Amino acid sequence: MTAIIEVTDLVKHFTPNKKDSVKAVDGVSFTIEQGTCFGLLGPNGAGKTTTVEMLEGIVAPTSGSILYKGEPIGERFRHDAGIMFQNTALQDYMTVSEALNMFGSFYTKTVPAKILIDQCALHEFLDRDARKLSGGQKQRLLLAIALVNDPEVIFLDEPTTGLDPQARRNFWQLVDDIKARGKTVVLTTHYMEEAKLLCDELVFMDHGKIIAAGSPHKLLSTSFNDVLLELPAESVPASLPALNIHTLNHGKSRAEFKTTDLNLTVKHLIDHGVSLAGMEVRSRSLEDLFIELTGQELRS
Amino acid sequence: MRSFKHFSAVFMARNREFIRDRSSWAWNVFFPILLIAGLAVMFGNDNRSILKIGVYPVQIESEPFFSLKHLQYVTIENLDNAIVRVKRHQYDLLLDTQSKRYWVNDNSPNGYLAEQLLMANGASTYLREQISGREVRYVDWALPGILGLNMMFGCLFGVGYVIVRYRKSGVLKRLKATPLAAIEFLSAQVASRLWLVMAITLSVFFGTHFFLDFTMHGNYFSLIFVLTIGAIALITLGLLVAARTASEELAGGLLNLFTWPMMVMSGVWFSLEGAHPMVKGAAQLLPLTHIVDAARSIMIDGASLLDVRWNILFLIVFTLFCAVIGSRLFRWE
Repeated sequence: MTAIIEVTDLVKHFTPNKKDSVKAVDGVSFTIEQGTCFGLLGPNGAGKTTTVEMLEGIVAPTSGSILYKGEPIGERFRHDAGIMFQNTALQDYMTVSEALNMFGSFYTKTVPAKILIDQCALHEFLDRDARKLSGGQKQRLLLAIALVNDPEVIFLDEPTTGLDPQARRNFWQLVDDIKARGKTVVLTTHYMEEAKLLCDELVFMDHGKIIAAGSPHKLLSTSFNDVLLELPAESVPASLPALNIHTLNHGKSRAEFKTTDLNLTVKHLIDHGVSLAGMEVRSRSLEDLFIELTGQELRS
Repeated sequence: MRSFKHFSAVFMARNREFIRDRSSWAWNVFFPILLIAGLAVMFGNDNRSILKIGVYPVQIESEPFFSLKHLQYVTIENLDNAIVRVKRHQYDLLLDTQSKRYWVNDNSPNGYLAEQLLMANGASTYLREQISGREVRYVDWALPGILGLNMMFGCLFGVGYVIVRYRKSGVLKRLKATPLAAIEFLSAQVASRLWLVMAITLSVFFGTHFFLDFTMHGNYFSLIFVLTIGAIALITLGLLVAARTASEELAGGLLNLFTWPMMVMSGVWFSLEGAHPMVKGAAQLLPLTHIVDAARSIMIDGASLLDVRWNILFLIVFTLFCAVIGSRLFRWE
């Protein structure tokens, strides 16, 4: 595989006032391979959007370098990139088809409107004012606009935030189709399920730094060697003897075992007369990894 | 060619946005028409109960004509200006008591009456100077100002406020992510607003002209030229205000900072002839003053483009200043 984007020691400082300087991105380096889906994850304020906006050429870095196909971000990149921002407004009173035509006219290479309309299922509301679209419809239009120039690399910044589960799943299908056509996708998201489903490579960011990187499988297998077993809290007596293969977190409604040997833990519970009714077993998820890496507190 | 394609896409998008916004039509088209019609009704039939006599340089109290009742005598300092006022029916008669001459407009019924009163009161030694000219009503005088005022609001708010709104809502950020250049975007905004403002201004002018038959002694081309140069100057001022502003509230404040002085000091509603020299000097720094002065001179005095060259020169310099500074300061976000 060849690198399409190479990021080295990227730094971004913001100065909200003369006294303060906020280091939003602090020496970040990574490589995005062509034809992969690259995910940037992290809590709010981690520096994901700032990093992506520097990759998109929207925000100028304080220092560091970004190379697209070995060259600094420039005219070639603007023709090759498709971008879907977190919050995008279009001009007022513009219909869906007019928006596609206007953005199409900015590029030398374009995808025929009919193909875009089919791909993003825009038929039903082609003549509707873009302001009057539902959340899911608007995201499909913005994706179509991002694809209008048949881009080599597509940036999707939290594309499914605020969508209902059905609209979110429909959107994932669209992204899957884009991936199937060999395009490079750069995705930022809060949804771990989305990241696991779509991304080939992940980077976890917090406080402007990369705190973990790798494929979802690799990240999970290197970070966790245990599974979770949950039972109703009242089924597990406080007097249950401890075992060195698991740890127990006895909550008010659920008792949670983190175990490295599921068979042995289950045998231990049966041996001590614990009822297994209501038992749930699950492997560790990206969500667990996210919480493990970024801390449990909810930051806004 | 590619630049033109980009320009035309943004130009058409902005046109559609304006044309489809019905509320803007009410403000931009119907409001000035109503205002002009209202002024025509209020001031069109200026029924003065007395005749107005201009006297230069002083009244001679011993002459019986100056002791008549129900006549208003106005002592004037500039004879040439007073002759123009007779031509416009603003004075019914003008007397030069020094050279023993009087001027009367043969198109003015009041002038005829004033002349008869003069003859009947022992002033037969005065030499008659006949001039002719159509009456200039207040609405004729105010029309260039109203057109200029409407252009000012349309240009400043239609460009300045809209670009700030685009910036705040993220429209500019999305456009920045495309190969569209800032100069293509800005020129499309200028061109779109220019043709829309000119179409509205000329529609209002010719529409009301049809019903109210305004005084138009000058050349229509000259008037359109001056209004076009003026509109470009005001649009570039709008661009300057919007170059970096990201808050609609701040943009509104800045736009008011420019519009209020122009509304009051640019001679839209009343002449600044008798104002303090500092006020008159400050008014000369405002683009609307030059638009209104030049348009008024063309319409009422029949001035040529050469006669209003200083107004035009000011507007061109003002445009270049705002366009250069505005495009240098401009940022998408």
